[in-house]
Amino acid sequence: MQVTVRYFAALREALGSQEAVQVAAGTTLGALRDQLIASDPRHADALRRGRALRCAVNQALADEAVLLADGAEVAFFPPVTGG
Amino acid sequence: MRVCIQHEDFDASQEIAALRGGDGAVGAVVSFIGTVRDRSVSGGPVDTARLELEHYPGMTERAIEAMIAAAYERFPITAARVIHRVGVLQPQDQIVLVVVSSSHRGDAFAACEFLIDYLKTEAPFWKKEYRPDGTAEWVDARVTDDAALERWGLKSGNAR
Repeated sequence: MQVTVRYFAALREALGSQEAVQVAAGTTLGALRDQLIASDPRHADALRRGRALRCAVNQALADEAVLLADGAEVAFFPPVTGG
Repeated sequence: MRVCIQHEDFDASQEIAALRGGDGAVGAVVSFIGTVRDRSVSGGPVDTARLELEHYPGMTERAIEAMIAAAYERFPITAARVIHRVGVLQPQDQIVLVVVSSSHRGDAFAACEFLIDYLKTEAPFWKKEYRPDGTAEWVDARVTDDAALERWGLKSGNAR
């Protein structure tokens, strides 16, 4: 199945605005992050574990245990700084 | 519309008048306006030439709508409105407006503070500061903002 992955702020500068990613059925948000980290050095650096990072699925904040559905909109971004 | 994300500036007095809307039950209106400082958050010398605000269209509006719904559940307020600007801003520009009305001031003060504390840690906006020498840096999230949200019994972990 396919999901859309979006990036914002510093992650957008490193990886681009969005990309389509093929994932196996039953992939969690955390597994997708691991898959992206394994894909190339740019992703490995931008999404590395230990870096403060927040995630959303279908435009709601989500944790890495969340199961992804086909067509899901996933987003990775730095801690927010509005207001 | 309770939430508005826009490039244009806003007029607080107009927004307050619209929010009151001739409702005779309203006895208190509290507003918060966030503005752009001319120095970095680290407290250094005057050094912010301009600010760029990025957001996640769609998620931002949804997130703030949910925050307003949570404010209605916690406080007996009569109306609330949030305007947040995005794009390029200059020092001293207005960034954000939160307005809340209620029958009594205590609830209006509390709901307004609740909304801005919530927005600062959970709404997807990011600030980038540009210096006069052309260098730029993404602003770091602050743990004090997480602590502000915790006063309302909510966990953030945004700044970590």
